[in-house]
Amino acid sequence: MSLDLTLPTLSAMDEARRQIEICNACRYCEGFCSVFPAMTRQKAFADGDLTQLANLCHNCRGCYYACQYTEPHEFALNIPAVLAEVRVDSWERLARPQALARLFQSHGVAMVGLLVVILAWFFWAITALRPETGAGFYAYLAHNTLVAVFVPAFVLPLALIALSLRDYWREVGGGRVRLSHVLHAFGSAARMKNLSGGHGEGCNFEKGDRFSDRRRVFHQLMMYGFLLCFASTASGTLMHYILGWEAPYPLLSLPKLLGVPGGLMMVAGAAGLGWLKLKADPALGAARVWGGEMAFVLLLGAVALTGLGLYLVTGTGFVGPLLAIHLAAVMVLFLLMPFSKMVHGFFRLAALVAEAGKPAPASGGE
Amino acid sequence: MKDWPEIFDLAVVGGGNAALCAAITAAQQGASVLILEGAPVAYRGGNSRHTRNFRCMHKGPMFPLTDAYEEEEYIHDLMLVTKGKTDEALARLAIRSSEKCLPWMMAQGVRFQPSLSGTLSLSRTNAFFLGGGKALVNAYYNTATDLGVKIAYEAQVTHVHRDGDLISHLEAEIAGRPVTVKARSFVLASGGFQADLDWLARAWGPAARNFLIRGTPYNRGVVLRDLLDQGAESVGDPTQCHAVAIDGRAPKYDGGIVTRLDCVPFSIVVNRDGDRFYDEGEDVWPKRYAIWGRLVAAQPDQVGYALIDAKSIDLFMPSVFPAVKADTIEGVAVAMGLDPAAVRRTVTTFNAACRPGPFHPTELDGLRTEGLEVPKTNWARPLDTPPFYGYQLRPGVTFTYLGLKVDARAQVHTAEGPIRNLWAAGEIMAGSILGQGYLAGFGMTIGTVFGRIAGKEAAAHVA
Repeated sequence: MSLDLTLPTLSAMDEARRQIEICNACRYCEGFCSVFPAMTRQKAFADGDLTQLANLCHNCRGCYYACQYTEPHEFALNIPAVLAEVRVDSWERLARPQALARLFQSHGVAMVGLLVVILAWFFWAITALRPETGAGFYAYLAHNTLVAVFVPAFVLPLALIALSLRDYWREVGGGRVRLSHVLHAFGSAARMKNLSGGHGEGCNFEKGDRFSDRRRVFHQLMMYGFLLCFASTASGTLMHYILGWEAPYPLLSLPKLLGVPGGLMMVAGAAGLGWLKLKADPALGAARVWGGEMAFVLLLGAVALTGLGLYLVTGTGFVGPLLAIHLAAVMVLFLLMPFSKMVHGFFRLAALVAEAGKPAPASGGE
Repeated sequence: MKDWPEIFDLAVVGGGNAALCAAITAAQQGASVLILEGAPVAYRGGNSRHTRNFRCMHKGPMFPLTDAYEEEEYIHDLMLVTKGKTDEALARLAIRSSEKCLPWMMAQGVRFQPSLSGTLSLSRTNAFFLGGGKALVNAYYNTATDLGVKIAYEAQVTHVHRDGDLISHLEAEIAGRPVTVKARSFVLASGGFQADLDWLARAWGPAARNFLIRGTPYNRGVVLRDLLDQGAESVGDPTQCHAVAIDGRAPKYDGGIVTRLDCVPFSIVVNRDGDRFYDEGEDVWPKRYAIWGRLVAAQPDQVGYALIDAKSIDLFMPSVFPAVKADTIEGVAVAMGLDPAAVRRTVTTFNAACRPGPFHPTELDGLRTEGLEVPKTNWARPLDTPPFYGYQLRPGVTFTYLGLKVDARAQVHTAEGPIRNLWAAGEIMAGSILGQGYLAGFGMTIGTVFGRIAGKEAAAHVA
């Protein structure tokens, strides 16, 4: 007869519940970010409560370094890691189709790589169908073809994300959405208030127990760069349809004025975030998705870099192949939006909106 | 140790708040400093890593403090808890200096909570560290490192070698290897002796072996004992330690803040035999909190059981371990290993003695029992609403009072006079000021004030 002495392993959710209950009995970290006031609202945590806390957490790691209960202490708290696990689980669970989400979580890097290659070939191939007339990019790819391919590739993932967010809202018990809650959430995101460390000196992501604003800066370069690039594309589309002014656009035009700085910011942001990720302790994040997250950062960097590259090689024979690669990268970014780290933005905003709508936390403290 | 000088200007024994304040202050005045921290890196900081706030005098609003908290009110609060067992001159020195400490702490990287959403409204008297004591300790270690202070972890000082009125060197074990540490001056900031159960048992009797130690397991008082054996003057009562009633399931050492239980005023508390033994509603936090460790310590097996019903379970801070829960009071008794009949009898008697009236959980509401030998004088409501809950209580030791006597320059004395190059700061000398009782955040005040004095004096001595 043999005895099975292995301890049952807790699911991420159960482990988060164990840790959060200890954390909630301490409350020393109140003031670091929105997770802690949100935590003090209850004593017992339903799965939805934990999902909400996990999506409020920005993985700044300040609470880990301040915690007197991290290993080797027997309570073995590691709040940033366990919330990262629950967070990734929630994106995966609420994504649809789920099978694709699971595949991405386990094989994200391979999936991104393979898709970029396949789509690049695809775009290269359809340039064979290129129109007789057309200037700039449209000499390679008809505008209508581009639209026909990209509109569904953009709208469909967004629709899937909207469905996920609806499920998220149900799971965390979000109430009626008010404009003030939305504005509050966007205000927090715009300043990355939750990565300020509570005192404006940033987080402990990459320098151990020392604070640094680097992650905040690089993240905002990425986010605002992405938004500028998005605005650039949107302005191009409007100019195309409303003004009948087709690409290519000169330097002093809205698409370029928005896109070039946006692209440069994204490249800097991607390089910075990738670099910080290499310096950060992987044990304080969701270890199993480290590769996928890195791939996502690099994909964003690649989108921006190839976009800027296209501007540089205007008029040369490189435009064809580079355009194929750029469009493929953009399409992969869009198509994988519901499954990649890209969803963190949507979930985080939803969490911030839900938080803004919750009642003020109960009081406590020794 | 290869980059160590042959002889340091200052060797600091200990690695908590007071030690770090001394080291930083001396290093800022140009001294070469070594910190000998007995714990490994993960447990550095002594009991400071479990602390949360700093009690601070101030004449008007001063971030993060509201209103004013002036010297006379502060000393009055101290007199209340110590019942006069304090050196008033030293106490006033600590209180007056605390106001200047706050900006100094911030300049060294310590961050404070803007305000606290706590029930205690301590935002007037106490400044709360953002992230708690370990965040404070981290900030100080970073500042010390940037100043060039050397830090040895797992460095247990075994003997402070006294040569007449001077200390010549320290004998220590660093990571298990014997080392002689030479320095021109020395600051002792190695805490109390509460982690030495044998010492506690000698002072308290064998019951002390059932005590839980809330703080670091490294405060074993080795250096304190060594100095007392060499004739250093002492203060404080060797038989006394500060104990509170904490969750009986807490770890033997280092359970810290989360092990506290705030349920007592809304409970009835019985002992191993199912009998009540003290008025659970005697007073509000924190006075009540501080006496229950001693009360439970005096019960058989040093254990108590708080019983509560569904009406009151949400009236206090969450506990680290869930309460024992059952549909009947007998069920709770059985689950906690008590005699259900005895507990039932106590509860029935108690319930019969409760009188109707308004219940106010946040103030002394005078809702009292009638006719009980052990009354409950506030918040007395019958236990009649299932489910019922129970928590086991045990004494949790926070600190000891016995320590070294120091003067206003933090200097250590023997019967023959001062030891010229030896200073003490923090819990090892706190008994000079806090001879009895407990005042939230005052330990950190003493540590910061006397740490800075000791560091300054030591630097001046070698300059």
